[in-house]
Amino acid sequence: MNTNSSAEKSSSQPAVHSAPLLDIRSLYVEYLTPRGPAKAVNNVSFAIGQGQVFGLAGESGCGKSTIAHSILRILRPPAVITGGQILVEGQDVLKMSDHSLEDFRWRKVSMVFQSAMNSLNPVISIGEQIDDVLIRHQKLNQKQARERSAELLKIVGIESERLKSYPHQMSGGMRQRVVIAIALALNPALLIMDEPTTALDVVVQKDILQQIQEIKEAMGFSILFITHDVSLMVEFSNNMAIMYAGEIVEMASAREIFSNPIHPYTQGLLSSFPSLMGKKRKLTGIPGTPPDLINPPKGCKFHPRCTRCAHQETEEAPQLSEVAPGHWVAFHAGMPLPAGRA
Amino acid sequence: MNENDKKEQPEKSAESKPRFSLKAPLAGALGTLLGSSKARVGFVIVMIFVLAGVFASSIAPGDPKKYVGKPNQPPSAQFILGTNPQGKDVFRQFVWGSRLSLLIGFGSAALMTIIATVVGMMAGFYRGIVDDVLNFIMNLFLVIPGLPLLVLLSAYLKPGTTTIIFALAITGWAFNGRIIRAQTMSLREKDFVAAAVVSGEPALKIIFIHILPNMVNILVGGFIGAVIYGIMSSTGLAFLGLASTADVTWGTNLFWAQNGGALMIGAWWAFMPSGMAVAIVAFGLALINYGMDEITNPRLTAERNVNSVLKKARIPRMRATPVVPHEH
Repeated sequence: MNTNSSAEKSSSQPAVHSAPLLDIRSLYVEYLTPRGPAKAVNNVSFAIGQGQVFGLAGESGCGKSTIAHSILRILRPPAVITGGQILVEGQDVLKMSDHSLEDFRWRKVSMVFQSAMNSLNPVISIGEQIDDVLIRHQKLNQKQARERSAELLKIVGIESERLKSYPHQMSGGMRQRVVIAIALALNPALLIMDEPTTALDVVVQKDILQQIQEIKEAMGFSILFITHDVSLMVEFSNNMAIMYAGEIVEMASAREIFSNPIHPYTQGLLSSFPSLMGKKRKLTGIPGTPPDLINPPKGCKFHPRCTRCAHQETEEAPQLSEVAPGHWVAFHAGMPLPAGRA
Repeated sequence: MNENDKKEQPEKSAESKPRFSLKAPLAGALGTLLGSSKARVGFVIVMIFVLAGVFASSIAPGDPKKYVGKPNQPPSAQFILGTNPQGKDVFRQFVWGSRLSLLIGFGSAALMTIIATVVGMMAGFYRGIVDDVLNFIMNLFLVIPGLPLLVLLSAYLKPGTTTIIFALAITGWAFNGRIIRAQTMSLREKDFVAAAVVSGEPALKIIFIHILPNMVNILVGGFIGAVIYGIMSSTGLAFLGLASTADVTWGTNLFWAQNGGALMIGAWWAFMPSGMAVAIVAFGLALINYGMDEITNPRLTAERNVNSVLKKARIPRMRATPVVPHEH
């Protein structure tokens, strides 16, 4: 690993004012394939402060979930982490042993998985499934665990009578709440939510997200929120990053990204969703297909699909640079900036 | 001191230039199969015997049934594996024996797999009365003790290779049939089958075009198991004298050795080669079966690839996602 350049890059990342809870510094993750390594996450750095919601957005296959899984070190072969640091409360997750990871997972960082609704065991009552976590990690006895489980269910808005229910007796939204309750069982400092509401209808989606927001205010954890639904994310998170082909192309506060997107990919993403208010506009989307991660395009990985500089194939990869306070864009020479910007 | 230095040195050089490829090895079914060392060993073992059988006439020229010299001679320069109690060349018998033994093994396995696949898939797909009848037949063949039926069949039918293959297939197919039926029943509930039904595809096409390719692993695993069963049982039958003694198989070799009292006189060279061959081929086939697991379960291949990278980078294995510092 080239330590010099990574140190430089990480120092040029946006600073979070309070000591960050999660600090990812130039993370690289690769998948081994017969054609060569696929660079799923390529020099990604970001930080999440205490009590903040950080959104990670991008199209399928851009590396969002890979980042989430590497924070817990639960990526399965053929994935290999090939560089960087993942600091949680100052401790580097990438230096932990199997044993210390067991203690770290769920207690410090827990996760709501992508197919959360299917991660419940159909033949065990949900009460028992929540108890499991508490008995295993907090060494509670059966009775204490049951009391705490009831409490947790109440937090996510389900009556405690439902403890004896089986997953198939509940609706999708309720199952999702149960999974969130299990994720919150140990009071984690960081909750990773990997497309938690993708399978739910918009009404339930909104309900659950509102509830998580309330729980977050009460319990004070931070959230890493992953989705491809940018409009949902803008509403829900403080800061957000847009990923493309394993790299962050734009990072700023959610409001800033929504009102002032600079990177052509971000603009494309935003124009792929209709807005409820404001003028009617044509949805444009982004032409082309995601790039090959084994032999990515040279220079700016987005250039083959870029509407603004389609012919530009620079040798040098664009660097994240701060174009406005707190607003970072993967920027390369010749990239046109909207009027009125530095 | 000296030992310490030696230990430290390789670590240092690994630190200073982490130059190893992050490329996974060969892909494709054959590449995966031969990428696993177990399967490679098994493949070599089985191929040695197959080639011995195919080129028997050039490896051990001459008639294996011919009287060549004094009976019960121990291995010597003239007779590499000695002579048997009937004065036949053991090496010739052993090499020529692999031809028929393997033919019977693979032939009966192919027949067994075909019967098992057709009956098992029909039963699993159609359910109802078809399933009841076919399942009853399978259960019937399962509870009939195999060896006595084999003995009966081979005693009443005209002795010969085809008879043995037929007898083995009849007694041995039901076990795989049950497995295939169960797998078909679970696959027929999948959405892609429902989609095929809705789009109006004929039942036979659904069974053999849509469902069958999803259980190739089971079929191949079953086939390899059936080859082992075929070789073992045909050898057993021949040893009991129930095969045509005019044929040369590993089983008849054992029969003749036993018949002439090779065991009693301690003429180990007369029965060891054929007996070992059966065991070694069965072992080789079992090793190939391990390799089959990897073809149908890419996770195993992925795990092996990551482990080989860890080994090259001198990083101990762990359950969590490994960290392998590498230049970018």
